[in-house]
Amino acid sequence: MQKYRLKRDLCTFVLHVLGHAKSKKSVMNILVCIAKAPDTTTKIKFNSEGNALDGNGVTWIVNPSDEWYALVRALELKEAAGQGKVTIVTVGTADDDSIVRKALAVGADEAFRINLSPESAASVAEQIAPWAKGQPFDFILTGKETIDFNGSVVGGLLAAHLDWPYIPLIEKLNVENGRATMFRDIGGGTEEIEVNGPFVASATKGLAEQRIPNMRGIMAARTKPITVVEPQSYSAKIEYLEFTLPQEKGACKIIDPNNMDELVRLLHSEAKAL
Amino acid sequence: MNVLVYIDLQNGRPRKSSAELLTYAQKLSGAGSVTALVLGHSLEDLSALGSFGAQRILQVSTPELTHFDGLVFGQLISEAAQFTGSQAVLLSFDHSGKAIAPVVAAKWSAGLVAGATGLPQGTRYPVKAFSGKALAKVNVLTEKIVVALTPNSIPSEKNGSSVAVESWIPSEIPASKIKVLSVNKNTTDIPLPEAEKVVSGGRGLKGPENWGLIEDLAKELGAATACSRPVSDIGWRPHHEHVGQTGITIRPNLYIAAGISGAIQHLAGVNSSKTIVVINTDAEAPFFKAADYGVVGDAFEVLPKLTQAIKKFKADQA
Repeated sequence: MQKYRLKRDLCTFVLHVLGHAKSKKSVMNILVCIAKAPDTTTKIKFNSEGNALDGNGVTWIVNPSDEWYALVRALELKEAAGQGKVTIVTVGTADDDSIVRKALAVGADEAFRINLSPESAASVAEQIAPWAKGQPFDFILTGKETIDFNGSVVGGLLAAHLDWPYIPLIEKLNVENGRATMFRDIGGGTEEIEVNGPFVASATKGLAEQRIPNMRGIMAARTKPITVVEPQSYSAKIEYLEFTLPQEKGACKIIDPNNMDELVRLLHSEAKAL
Repeated sequence: MNVLVYIDLQNGRPRKSSAELLTYAQKLSGAGSVTALVLGHSLEDLSALGSFGAQRILQVSTPELTHFDGLVFGQLISEAAQFTGSQAVLLSFDHSGKAIAPVVAAKWSAGLVAGATGLPQGTRYPVKAFSGKALAKVNVLTEKIVVALTPNSIPSEKNGSSVAVESWIPSEIPASKIKVLSVNKNTTDIPLPEAEKVVSGGRGLKGPENWGLIEDLAKELGAATACSRPVSDIGWRPHHEHVGQTGITIRPNLYIAAGISGAIQHLAGVNSSKTIVVINTDAEAPFFKAADYGVVGDAFEVLPKLTQAIKKFKADQA
């Protein structure tokens, strides 16, 4: 009797552990959208028509919030789940393969490049949405904005085309058994929310910490696949024109640190800022 | 053209940006009409929106809209745009506007201007690009247009009188797939992107324990507080205070920076502030080149003196 009970308990225990492991571990299938951007230290200059960046001498990087927060959190979630896949997609030309390799070196499993030079956020979203539709992604992450056009709307456009909920500016994300909980920035505070089913979210600071690719990652990235997808036909809704540099400020007025009354006077009567 | 303006509620009240949006809409509409749309229950009398130029005010006041969902709100705004025969939808380029604008643009097949900084010339809308390092124009090629206006772009004007609020019933209110578990509001009342005055600190302040100097000045000015990237990276200040190229971009009337050297990435986020004051011990700090007023001195001595001077100024004005 004693023996039987022990055996039974052991069985229950093993089943419990297995069940627990099964409920905790799920297969993560995450899509991360990445874009290329000029390095943050770039001195911006434009072509003679003023309708595009002069790319001479520009170092291109993976857009910071796409790489540092969206991609790294996707990798962390896949690693925690123990199995799954992190796929990256970008809309760009063959020139962009170098930044795609960089993202693969950080740890993404495979990459797709939709072969089009994008002219707006809408063109990016209208290429990615039909391609992603029907694929078994659990969710899609983007960075909060690109540092070149700062539109912060690719994620929202993508969600609208897919009819998935869109959660911008997430600072925390956890996924267990298909239930995602996250903290989103609501401007003057945060909200903890829950989403069931697929969604699109944009990643902001706090979601993850930047990962520097190691030699192994860089070597592995060389053989990871970059699949080129031909673009869908698309008609432009907007165009960017007339790029100019902001006017330089006039000379800075230096104020005596012991005469803050003078600074306040100038802020009031000259700058009309008070 | 007929313009539909989405008025966002913050804590049950129209956001500060509402007056600016309605002023912009009135100028954009020309001979057309301006309709304001409010989604959710308001604690304030909305008829006052008329005094900034709304000729018609529609409200959908159901409990389902208590929590924000960009997809749901975007769908309702698209329907309202159709219902009012609008050619343009106008909203603020802030937290909620950034979630709604793309949904409206996609559902309504409209061209989207993300972050307009002023009124258009024809179909060309001014915007900032490269995180404030450049300016550009967005030329809209579609008939229908969604404009998300950067806060503090144009001065608001009172131009109209109060208008009765109409209850509007959309064909359906889509069920939200987002469930809100908890809400944590920050202690400050002024969200950084909307603030007219901002006081910001950098590594020169030596530690989070010294932030009282920044907060005292901000309080005296009625300003929001901000910080540089290193300061938020090392955790002295919360992430949402980080202004700069990879943080948030702001354009207040007055930006006061103490102990920030002014790296190119920081300048990108603040250089469209109308007046910039820089306080730094290093006379060679690059920030002085982007400043209107500079104080070469120790922030630990200058900030309390400036706070006192503001206090005195306010007392004299009163």
